[in-house]
Amino acid sequence: MSAFRQSVEAMIPALRRYARALARDADIADDLVQDTLVRALRSERLFLGGDVRSWLYTILTNLNKNRRRSLARRPQFMPLLDNNPDASGTEAESRDIARALATLAEEQRAVLLLVMLEGLSYREVADIQGVPIGTVMSRLARARAHIKAALEGERPALRRVK
Amino acid sequence: MNDPKIPVTEDELHAYVDNELPTERRGDVEAWLEAHPEDAERVRSWRAMAEELQARYGGIVNEPVPKRLELEQLARQPRRWIYGTVAASFLAFMAGGGAGWIAHGAAASPSMFQSFTGDALEAHRLYVVEVRHPVEVPGSEASHLQAWLTKRCGWDVRAPDLAATGLKLVGGRLLPGPTGPASFLMYESPSGERFTVYTAKAGTAETQMRYTAKDNEAALFWAEHGVGYVVSGGTDRDRLTQVARLVYDQTEKSGG
Repeated sequence: MSAFRQSVEAMIPALRRYARALARDADIADDLVQDTLVRALRSERLFLGGDVRSWLYTILTNLNKNRRRSLARRPQFMPLLDNNPDASGTEAESRDIARALATLAEEQRAVLLLVMLEGLSYREVADIQGVPIGTVMSRLARARAHIKAALEGERPALRRVK
Repeated sequence: MNDPKIPVTEDELHAYVDNELPTERRGDVEAWLEAHPEDAERVRSWRAMAEELQARYGGIVNEPVPKRLELEQLARQPRRWIYGTVAASFLAFMAGGGAGWIAHGAAASPSMFQSFTGDALEAHRLYVVEVRHPVEVPGSEASHLQAWLTKRCGWDVRAPDLAATGLKLVGGRLLPGPTGPASFLMYESPSGERFTVYTAKAGTAETQMRYTAKDNEAALFWAEHGVGYVVSGGTDRDRLTQVARLVYDQTEKSGG
């Protein structure tokens, strides 16, 4: 196996972790990882060195953005009764970190997870999202404030769907 | 109390928690936190948040990797886009004059520009999200793709080579345009960023270049010799301009 493939392979567990937190659903998360890996292998010859780790996070982040964009354009169906497993549950569950994450704007969620879960530097996240470091920092600050409020039991502000 | 002389900013509090703060400033922040309990509480809550994330998702790295994610398995998939297939094939879309980048003649009416660009952006949005079937004809069959689109559209459709901007041809498809057929080409970077090039008969001979952005997408439109071009991509205007310019340059070169 080539050195490139070895470094991609070593990243699979971390990519699954990031994708799971990003997408919530385990199957969707592994779909994202699979598409990321297919693209990475396909572009093997295009990869001119550099940081494989950041590159894989970039692909996954972009794929998730594309996926969410297509979801946002579909009509949204709301449950008639508020008794689906996702919406019910105990008070403790409603303050769950996963639910709090789900109420974040997408770019903020990606920043929060890349920094706090995946341990990437602000510089790396800025490169992944293609934005200045200042934007990464303001997204991170907003994300932390939002999650803190959600975990402390405040009703999180409705996420704006674009 | 050794209160630091320069007040600690919110950004510095985050940087402190994320180990992004220069070491010489850490002492100042620690002193600040002792003097400002509400900031200390926020820092504590951010650390607790990180622990909660780790507790919830950290274990995933120890799970066995599912079969479908094994590289051996994925590498065996037959689909592979060959880089450089279209290299040097950039006779560009059509014969064009030696006009400058922005210095075109008569401006089109806004409505034509808007509806034309709207159609192109709609197609862009619809197809860039496709992972498995983004195009009808893959970029690996570039010459067939160009011959087919040229025949159906009625003008010379060439897929420009955008390798200089890190993009390679994914492929293309035929679409209904405002007044007949339209050609639609998709390009992709190694990181999955996608751009599309849409061409159709325009109701005007030539226009200046126009930029439009909506939500997460943006497009550059221009018309030349009765054919309208729309290059669509993300809202990074410099990047889009770079790509569009390469498309434009290749349409221009072919005319000489």
